[in-house]
Amino acid sequence: MSHDMSDDKLPAHGAAHGHGETAVADNPFADPGLPAHLPRRTDIDERAANRAERQVSLLFVLSMLATVGFIASYVSIDPDKIVYIFPLGHVSALNFALGMTLGVALFCIGAGAVHWARTLMSDVEHPAERHPIEADDEVRADVIEQFKTGAAESGFGRRKMIRNTLIGSMALVPLSGVVLLRDLGPLPEKKLINTGWEEATPATPIRLVNMNTNEPLKAEDIVVGSLTFAKPGPSALRPAGLQESDEDFQQAIAKDALMLIRIQPEDIKDDKSRNLGFEGVLAYSKICTHVGCPISLYEQQTHHALCPCHQSTFDLSDGARVIFGPAGHPLPQLKITTDASGYLIATEDFAEPVGPSFWERRA
Amino acid sequence: MSSATGNKQAAAPASTRAKPANKAEAAADYLDGRLGIYSLAKANLRKIFPDHWSFMLGEICLYTFIIIILTGVYLTLFFKPSMGEVVYNGSYAPLDGIRMSEAYASTLNISFEVRGGLLIRQIHHWAAIVFVAAMFVHMMRVFFTGAFRKPREINWIFGFLLLFLGFFDGFLGYSLPDDLLSGTGIRFMEGAILAVPLVGTYLSFFLFGGEFPGTDIVPRFFTIHVLLIPGVMLGLLVAHLILVFYHKHTQWAGPGKTEKNVVGMPLMPVYMAKAGGFFFLVFGIVAAMSAVASVNPVWAYGPYRPDQVSTDAQPDWYMGFAEGLIRVMPGWEIRAWGHTLNLGVFIPLMLFPLVLVAIAVYPFIESWITGDKREHHILDRPRNAPVRTALGAAWISLYLVLLSGGGNDLIATHFHLSLNDITYFVRVGSFVVPVVVFFVTKRWCLGLQRRDKEKVLHGRETGVIKRLPHGEFIEVHAQLPQDKLHTLTAHEQYEPVELPAATDENGVARKVGLVTKTRAKLSESMFGEHSQIPKPTAEEHQEITSGHGHH
Repeated sequence: MSHDMSDDKLPAHGAAHGHGETAVADNPFADPGLPAHLPRRTDIDERAANRAERQVSLLFVLSMLATVGFIASYVSIDPDKIVYIFPLGHVSALNFALGMTLGVALFCIGAGAVHWARTLMSDVEHPAERHPIEADDEVRADVIEQFKTGAAESGFGRRKMIRNTLIGSMALVPLSGVVLLRDLGPLPEKKLINTGWEEATPATPIRLVNMNTNEPLKAEDIVVGSLTFAKPGPSALRPAGLQESDEDFQQAIAKDALMLIRIQPEDIKDDKSRNLGFEGVLAYSKICTHVGCPISLYEQQTHHALCPCHQSTFDLSDGARVIFGPAGHPLPQLKITTDASGYLIATEDFAEPVGPSFWERRA
Repeated sequence: MSSATGNKQAAAPASTRAKPANKAEAAADYLDGRLGIYSLAKANLRKIFPDHWSFMLGEICLYTFIIIILTGVYLTLFFKPSMGEVVYNGSYAPLDGIRMSEAYASTLNISFEVRGGLLIRQIHHWAAIVFVAAMFVHMMRVFFTGAFRKPREINWIFGFLLLFLGFFDGFLGYSLPDDLLSGTGIRFMEGAILAVPLVGTYLSFFLFGGEFPGTDIVPRFFTIHVLLIPGVMLGLLVAHLILVFYHKHTQWAGPGKTEKNVVGMPLMPVYMAKAGGFFFLVFGIVAAMSAVASVNPVWAYGPYRPDQVSTDAQPDWYMGFAEGLIRVMPGWEIRAWGHTLNLGVFIPLMLFPLVLVAIAVYPFIESWITGDKREHHILDRPRNAPVRTALGAAWISLYLVLLSGGGNDLIATHFHLSLNDITYFVRVGSFVVPVVVFFVTKRWCLGLQRRDKEKVLHGRETGVIKRLPHGEFIEVHAQLPQDKLHTLTAHEQYEPVELPAATDENGVARKVGLVTKTRAKLSESMFGEHSQIPKPTAEEHQEITSGHGHH
């Protein structure tokens, strides 16, 4: 591609620069060359120079004092002490003192050095020559020749069997490294598809337990306009129900968390959703179907639930249909009913996986 | 006798080097004999660097990187990268008795019990924020002045990789404390990985060592954050700096400055003092920032639980545009054949690197269009490369529009705007705003070029009003001095490449490939008559100045 590009459309290289110091009189744009150095006050006035020296030294002394202050603050200020500093408000006294003294100690060294450079060190500008990065043709030819000699001496091109087996072995050997990564984690299997509610059957139902009080929930605990968070109660696998102290609590709650609301049954627009609930009490997965943030904002008038991370909004009165935001599908709903004592129970798992979509998720 | 002397000399030949004048010279001689420091110093001790404020931006990146390494090492002395569960009973009363990971508990310990720990943590975080910001601005400086042109394209790529890795190391860093905000960020990352077709679920299980969140992610991120990525970055940084030294710094056009020289002051002493001092200035300012401004107060968020979240969850600013992409993308999902393709997450995940790569490949596209194979060491003024400048401005505007999408909830609550309206605006604005910014910037550059031409040909306005004999009032213009004239006309102007004639010398129709045609089109749009103002020529200048004098 490059061979069909000619240089004739490029500006003449250095046309404006090439004259250097010898400005041609008839070209008003010619380079007049480096301007003469203008002395600074400190270059010609010894008193100004001495003053600059004192200023630089003062900055270095200030830095020393600030370091002493840093050590004094470290030793003397209680880490728990909170002070009011205008306009910052109430801040940690130790953090403020250490930060300011360290800041001043460092800044003054920098300010001193820069002031020293600007006032007392020579500010005469010098030109230095540049050399092309590219090697000249002779060097280039020499290197290529050397490379060819080396390649010929190795016999790499001539002995095809060596070449091919070397390429083969080099291609295979990284596989060991890839294989070693296999034990980074288990295979997904059904882990994303099932939740802690999978133990629930009509014969062995699982109660819905209040997330905060650990008490089983009754339908009348869920009033219109309220938002209640729930988790699985006792089951064969977890006799005490899902507890914070369980080893796998974080993994379990990332899938099992529910939010319970109540809507007057006649206000529920989606028949399927109404049937999954119990007398208007609906149990939705709390985990957003976008990327898995927990949904925590509920608008009781409109029955809209909003994810605070990316603002996906679900209409809980309409089967948690997505009405705004980046979520791709509704929140899964858990089928609930009540047992003989009136406690809310689940008798089966969610009909679809909770949380964000993934490739193996069936529609 | 003579043979004995000969033997003695053979055993211990005298050095031909002059006797060192003092201990320091002797020490230098010792090192030179082993490391060859004199040859190294000869080329570099009085190396010339040009001076301009914008050349300090890269220094800020370097210095904040050093600050991050220093403070990061300190933090590793106290931080426990473990998701083992503990019950907190430290000095921060509001979290007393709460279950949390050791990572979070040790972060609280650093913040409340280790004296100065909070300061170092905040310096580390502030320096990271400044580091990425400085890399951005430094990259923009290089972009808008054309400093990426040959021979510096590879150094541009090194710099770009540093920015990209800086993003990720920042993200990993604020994921480590295992507080509610950082855990939410990791959850977001898991959701994004799950959206990858075919392998996403497996990637997620391998990364997390099983189901989200598991107990592996913090220790794994820790190793990547403190060892893997910083190691790679350190290598790239050293290569970046070696190339800066090797290429010698670019400089602005001006009297005495050519493509074949570099004008400035020597490394020793001026730049040792200035650059060394600047390190302390940057460090001092970051330390003072950390004294007065809180950053990432993890104790306020509480420990991470997958079923809890706080409102206004926001990543650090540099991830804000990725956050914007994910927030404004419509929730497209394709469900077929028993599989789900989550385009609503997967497209933003792909756009995120694409937006960055778009700017990274620009130097190669530009050099292909110009076909220019020469070295360039004199910087372009942004106005003299209107299309490049407009493209850069459009890219920045896209970035800012997406950033505002990432902060749509904060904008909505702070300015009492509808969140939905902001989201719709960002959806449309991502396409419209960059186009508008492109044309405005290009026109602006052309306007500035015209003003430069005007100044060169007619001189500057003196502010002196003169009445001519026939009653007309004019403002007296003064000719610019020669150094100004030179500076304003020193830039080169490309001519658009032309397609070869439709028929060759034998009258046979010539085949012109699509690539050649595209290149000619792009060249026309970059250097055609609508994209640059022909710079004044000496003849034009002479005609005006010699003819009827000032007017």
